[in-house]
Amino acid sequence: MGLALTAEERAVASGADGEGAAMAMRIVADAARLLGAPRLLPIASAHIDGALYHGDSGTLFAEKLVEGGAHVAVRSTLNVGALDLLGCSRVRLEEPQRGMARRMTEAYRKLGCEQSWTCAPYQAGHRPEFGSDVAWGESNAVVFCNSVLGARTNRYGDFLDIACAIAGRAPDYGLHRPENRRARLLFDVRALPAAFLASEIAWPVLGSLYGREVGNAVGVVTGIERHPGEDALKAFGAAAASSGAVGLFHIAGITPEAADPQTALDNIEPEQTIRVTPEMIAAARASLSTAQHATAIDAVAIGSPHLSLDEFERLAMLIDGRRLSVPIHACTGRHVVTELDRTGLRKALESCGVVIVADTCVVVTPILAELAGGVLMTNSGKFAHYAPGNTGYSVVYGSLTDCVESAVTGKPVYTDMAA
Amino acid sequence: MSEHAEILVAGRGGEGDALVLSQPISFWGGVDAKTGRIADVRHPQHGQCIAGRVLFLPGTIGSSSASAVLLELVHNGHAPAALVLHEPDAILLLGLIVGREMAWQGPVAVRLDRNRFHEFDGRKVRITAEGAVGITA
Repeated sequence: MGLALTAEERAVASGADGEGAAMAMRIVADAARLLGAPRLLPIASAHIDGALYHGDSGTLFAEKLVEGGAHVAVRSTLNVGALDLLGCSRVRLEEPQRGMARRMTEAYRKLGCEQSWTCAPYQAGHRPEFGSDVAWGESNAVVFCNSVLGARTNRYGDFLDIACAIAGRAPDYGLHRPENRRARLLFDVRALPAAFLASEIAWPVLGSLYGREVGNAVGVVTGIERHPGEDALKAFGAAAASSGAVGLFHIAGITPEAADPQTALDNIEPEQTIRVTPEMIAAARASLSTAQHATAIDAVAIGSPHLSLDEFERLAMLIDGRRLSVPIHACTGRHVVTELDRTGLRKALESCGVVIVADTCVVVTPILAELAGGVLMTNSGKFAHYAPGNTGYSVVYGSLTDCVESAVTGKPVYTDMAA
Repeated sequence: MSEHAEILVAGRGGEGDALVLSQPISFWGGVDAKTGRIADVRHPQHGQCIAGRVLFLPGTIGSSSASAVLLELVHNGHAPAALVLHEPDAILLLGLIVGREMAWQGPVAVRLDRNRFHEFDGRKVRITAEGAVGITA
């Protein structure tokens, strides 16, 4: 046993293509050894989460790759960074951190990465083919890529993503292997009322519960009659990947590797069946809020993962030209901002008090007003999970409709009750 | 008294007070990258500092940026003295692999069964670069 590299891979690792390519190949090979992978696989694309500034070390690493002449070998999109490069919103990152974050941005550009700056690359034209092997970072992008597109990736950590992109290779293990993509447990939602399943909050709440119940296992959801739309699957995956370590889910009759539950399970009995009850849903929904009894809110944040154009159109419809009394931070990628500019929607939303946040989001960099005891309302399971730790705000969770009504009045409004 | 543990990532040996985490942790959002302090308010060891300690990790959860936080701690001198993991971690340990490529001296990481972690709780532990694990006080 042990890792076997091809002659070409060994040559690259010893510097045949320059020191940058050698460093990347050695990192991929070291990771493969650590994980017990027998070989490396060619990959078709990468999505890079490592360009978010956490400290100087990440900038110095990217610059060392650039100095070594490294360049990505496959299509590589970038996840969010720490700066709003379009200048839509104000990021309160001070020098010298701001300068180091900017240097990092520049280094990843020189490595040949696309300046996509979004956590929803799959809605920005980066959609790998069914069955293809890719190396993607960012937990929500990973789970969408595996589950909805049926391409194959593990949860790639920061630095391994860019190393794989440069090497054009990834360790052959985990979810790249068909036998590990089979569902081992059943998540049965048939006992839930149809009205709940059709509601706005159904998918983020279900995702949050799913992640907590399954951890890092692969499961199949049964009892979904109708395709809920891509934005709903995006919300489900993001919530599941923040409350658990989910890399792949199946939904019987909906996602591409699960024509029916038996196919997803590969005709083997599930190791566990989770029968979801309305009580479990109510508890999962309640756990998304840390300030259930708040009587006022200071801000609303939506767009984790980044909002699609459809979601912006729905936002505009719900606001309906009214002036907001607290800001709605609407996080998205530049692929959507271009459309918002073209249609005039950006100007219309901003004049109501919406703050468009581009290329980044409110939980990865300081954008929300510095406020002791601030309360944030969100419709995102992922924002609900990370906002208390990363922003200091406590969180109230509600549907997009309720977020908008609350932003208009400045007080939490709940019309959509849980099942 | 010492025993040999499997080396997960080679690095410098170290000695320090054991810090045995009773629950898995997400390094991103859970550990302050500037100081090594455990920042996750829901974690039982919240407020403790991992810098200079022999850190026993029962598991890791959450974000794919754990590697970035560990690399930052190696670079700014607030890394643990050594890491002890129950199983290889696909994300966290990349921080050490990349540190080695950057020629930043990082701590050794070894593997031990988490059922044995309690034997080291409250003691001073030394782990050598060769993977010898021993209690020194």
